Amino acid sequence: MVQVTEKKIRSIKFSVFSPEMIRKMSVIKVTVPDTYNEDGYPIDGGLMDQHMGVIDPGLRCKTCGGSVHTCPGHFGHIDLVRPVLHSEFAGVVASLLKATCSSCSRALFKKKSKKVGEIEKMLTEEEMISAMKKVKKCPHCGAKQEEIKFEKPTTIMEGKRVLLPIEMRERLSKIPDEDLELIGIDPKSARPEWMVLTALLIPPVQMRPSIILETGQRSEDDITHKLVDIIRINQRLDANLNAGAPQLIIEDLWELLQYHVTTYFNNESANIPPARHRSGRALKTLSQRLKGKEGRFRYNLSGKRVNFSSRTVVSPDPNISIDEVGVPSAVAEELMVPIYVTPWNIETCKELMKRKEFPKVLYITSPDGRRRRLIESNLDELLELVDVGWVLERQLKDGDPVIFNRQPSLHRISMMCHKVKVLPGKTFRLHVAVCPPYNADFDGDEMNLHVPQAFEAMAEAEELMLVSKQIISPRHGKAIIQPNEDHLTGAYLLTRKSVKLTRKDAMKLLGAVGIFELPKPNSKGMYAGKDVFSMLLPKDFNIEYRTKLCKEVNDCSKSKCPYDGYVIIKNGVLKHGVMEKKGLAGLVIEKLFNEYGSEVARDFIDRITLMSVYAITHFGFSVGVNNYRLDSKAKSKIDEIRTKAIKEVETLIVKYNNKTLARLPGKTLLETLEEKVMVLLGKARDSTGIVLREHFGNDNSSIVMADIGSRGSMLNAIQMSAFLGQQAVRGKRVKRGYKGRVLPHFKGRDLGAYARGFVGRSFMDGLTPTEYFFHAAGGRESIVNTAIRTARSGYMQRRLINALQDLYVDYDKTVKDADGSIVQPLYGGDGKDPMKVGIKKEKV
Amino acid sequence: MSKRRKFNVLDHVLVPKHEIVPDSEVDSVLKQFKIDSKKHLPKILSTDPAIKAIRAKEGDVIRIYREEPTGKVIYYRLVV
Repeated sequence: MVQVTEKKIRSIKFSVFSPEMIRKMSVIKVTVPDTYNEDGYPIDGGLMDQHMGVIDPGLRCKTCGGSVHTCPGHFGHIDLVRPVLHSEFAGVVASLLKATCSSCSRALFKKKSKKVGEIEKMLTEEEMISAMKKVKKCPHCGAKQEEIKFEKPTTIMEGKRVLLPIEMRERLSKIPDEDLELIGIDPKSARPEWMVLTALLIPPVQMRPSIILETGQRSEDDITHKLVDIIRINQRLDANLNAGAPQLIIEDLWELLQYHVTTYFNNESANIPPARHRSGRALKTLSQRLKGKEGRFRYNLSGKRVNFSSRTVVSPDPNISIDEVGVPSAVAEELMVPIYVTPWNIETCKELMKRKEFPKVLYITSPDGRRRRLIESNLDELLELVDVGWVLERQLKDGDPVIFNRQPSLHRISMMCHKVKVLPGKTFRLHVAVCPPYNADFDGDEMNLHVPQAFEAMAEAEELMLVSKQIISPRHGKAIIQPNEDHLTGAYLLTRKSVKLTRKDAMKLLGAVGIFELPKPNSKGMYAGKDVFSMLLPKDFNIEYRTKLCKEVNDCSKSKCPYDGYVIIKNGVLKHGVMEKKGLAGLVIEKLFNEYGSEVARDFIDRITLMSVYAITHFGFSVGVNNYRLDSKAKSKIDEIRTKAIKEVETLIVKYNNKTLARLPGKTLLETLEEKVMVLLGKARDSTGIVLREHFGNDNSSIVMADIGSRGSMLNAIQMSAFLGQQAVRGKRVKRGYKGRVLPHFKGRDLGAYARGFVGRSFMDGLTPTEYFFHAAGGRESIVNTAIRTARSGYMQRRLINALQDLYVDYDKTVKDADGSIVQPLYGGDGKDPMKVGIKKEKV
Repeated sequence: MSKRRKFNVLDHVLVPKHEIVPDSEVDSVLKQFKIDSKKHLPKILSTDPAIKAIRAKEGDVIRIYREEPTGKVIYYRLVV
C-alpha cells in the first residue's frame, strides 16, 4: 500500500540567494568556457562537467552516482571576478540607493516621535520609499544627497557619474537591518547586496541538454552558449586585472560581463540589443523560457496535452441524431475504451477477446500493471489468465460516450457529450442543428474528440454534458439547439394550409422518420401536411402562440388569421398555423424540453430535420436571380420613392442654408440636418419593402425565407432589388475625404444625398464607382470592428476566467470562493438557473 | 439659505437601507450561510459613506436590503 500523506501549503516565500548560499549549493566551480572534448566526453570543470549531472546514457553523475534516469541534476557556480548587477533587481537596487544615504547608508528617514511611528504604520512601503527619495540631506550624518538616476537595464547614475556595481554593493551592504525592515525588505531572506552578483548559479545539465544533429555534431542549448560567453569574459577580465591593465580596458570588459549576465537572465531587456546566435536568431534565455504564451507556465503547465483524443475536419450529416457524432472508422480503430473485468462480465470479456472483427480488444493489462498486446499467438494463453481485476482495451464502438469540442472553448456548450457512430470516411460527422453551440460551420473547421477512460468520467459526461441536455442555453434560457435554414423551410412548406398529400407521399414522409402509422385522411383519401407533421408531437401536447407571420399588432383574429399565422396545437394535433422559426426553433422545442424532458425534445429535433429534408425535396424550393427581378411598374414605383426622398433631402438642405431648419434639442444645426437626412433616407429604404412584397407576392422564395426566419431578411431583398440606401461610417453619413467633399467627383460643400454616401442602386442594377466606394467604406467599418472585437473580447474572457475560476454555487445557493468566503448571498440575486426556469416546479 | 443642511447618504434614492446586525444575531447569520467566521462575509470599508452614516465600527456585520433587477436580496457585509 502506498502511504499517502496529505499536506496543505500555507504559504510560499520567495527570496534572493546569497553568494554563500550559492557556493554551498554548488557542486563544482566552473572555470572552463567549453563543453565537450574531442572524444565527446564532458570536460572537467567545463559547463557539461559530470558533477552537474549527466545526459549521455552510460555515464554516471560524479556527485550522486546516478545515471541519466536517476540523477536529478545538481547546480554549479561561477565566481565572478568583479560583481555585476542582477538586471531583474536593478529597479529595486536603484530605489534602495535613492532611499538611503550615499555616505552613511542609513535610510533617509528619522524616527523622531511617536507620531512619526504612527505615520510609519499608515504608509505603505512604496509610499515610504517615495517619501525618502525626496530627501535632499541625510537626517543621520547630514551629507548632501545627489540625485540618483536609473537607466534600464542596469545603469545607475549618481549626478553625472555612473555608479560601478562594486560601489552599489558596498553601499547596499552597509544598510542596517532595521532600516531595511522599514523599507519593507526582510534582511534575513534578501539582503540587498545579494542583488549585486558575485557568484552566478549554473543550472544542471538536465536543464540545458545538448542535442546531437544528424551530422553527429553536438549543438548546445542557448543557455549553455550564454554561459560560455560569461565564463570567457570573466576569464579575460581576470587576466587583465592580474596583468594590471589600464582602468579603461578593465571597465570595458566589466561592462561586457554585465551585458552577458543581463542577457543571460533576460534577452529582451529594454535598451540593449538581444544576444544572438551565430545564425542571427536571438537566444532564448532564462526569462524567455518562462514568459508568455509559449513559456513554461502557459504552454506546459496550464496547457497539457492528452491521450485518447482525436482531431479532424467536421462535415454535416442530418441523418444522425443530434447527440451522435460520426467517427471515421480509422479513428475508431485507434481510440481505446477500457473494460474492467468483473465477476459479472468475465464471460462477455472473453467473447470480446476472441473477436476478429472491428470492435476488437487490442491491449490487456493485468493487475500488476503489465500491459500486453493481444495477438492471435497469445490469445489462448491470455484467455486462461484473464480474471477479475484485469483491464481490457477495446476499440471505440457505436454508443460510446465521447466529449466533442470546438475551439475557442468559450462556454460550457463548446464541449458536449456525443454518442459515437462509426461511419466510413475521414471526417467527424456533426448534426447541423448542433452547430450554433459550437459556432461550427463546414468550411474546413476541425474539431476534437476525447474518450473518457473511467466509469465516473463516462457517467459524468453523459449526465451533465450530453447534447440533448444542453438544448436550452444557460445564457438566456431559450433553445440553442434547434432546426434552422432548410429544416425550417421544409417544415413550413409541409404545414401550409393548402398541403394535401397522397397516401404514398404521407407514408414516405413518416417512414423517413420511423413512424409506421398514418393520421386520419380526409374524405378524398388525402392527408393534410399539418396532420403528418402532428405525428411527431406527443399526444397530449398543447400550445398556442402567434407566429412571425402574424401581421396584426393588437387584434389577433386567432384561428381566422389570413396568413395562417396563429398556431393552435391541441392534443398533439396542429389545428391551425404554420411552423416557422419562432415556434419550431423556440417555443415548441422549449415546451417539449421543459415538459417532456430532453430525450423527447432530442427525438423531435432529429425527426423534424429528417421529415423537413424530405418535405423540402418533395415540394422543391430554390432561390435565384429571378426572385429579385422587378417589372417596370415596380421599378417606377421604387424610382418614385427614391426621387421623392432625394428631393426631400434637398429641401432640408435649402432650409439648412436659409437657417430656417428647426434645431433638435441638444444638437447643432448641422447635426440636426444630418440626423434628419439619415432618418429620412432610412425610412425611404424601408418603404420599398412594401412595394417589393406587393410585386413579389408572399410566395417568392426570398420573401418566404425572410418571413419564416429561415434565411435572410427583408433588408437583404431590398438591397438586391430596390436600392442599398444610405451608407454609414461611425453611424453617420460618410463625411471624411477631401476638403468639403468625400471624393473629387462632387462639388465642394455638397450636402446632397449622393455626395454623402447614399446608394440609389440595387445589387441587381449594379453600383456606380462612387457608390461602390461608399459601400466599401461602410463595409470596411464592420470588418474592422469584428477584428478588434474578437481580439479584445478574447483577452477579457481570459481575465474573467482567471478571476472567476474558483467560484462555485454552494448547495444553499450562495456563491462562494475557494476558501469558503461568500461572494454573493444568493446566486444571481434570485437563485435561479436560466437553463431550468422553464421547467415546471412539480417536474423538478 | 443661511445654513447648508448636512447631506445624509441614507436618504438618497440610490442608497439601499443599511443596518447593523446586533451581536446576538451574528451567529445565526453565519449559520445561515454555513460559514465559521465573520471573515468569510463580503467586506465593506469603515470609510464607506453609508457605514459612517449608521456609525458602524470595524468588526460589525451590516445588513443591506438591496433591490436588484432580479428581486429583493439581503446582503451581509463585514466592516473592515
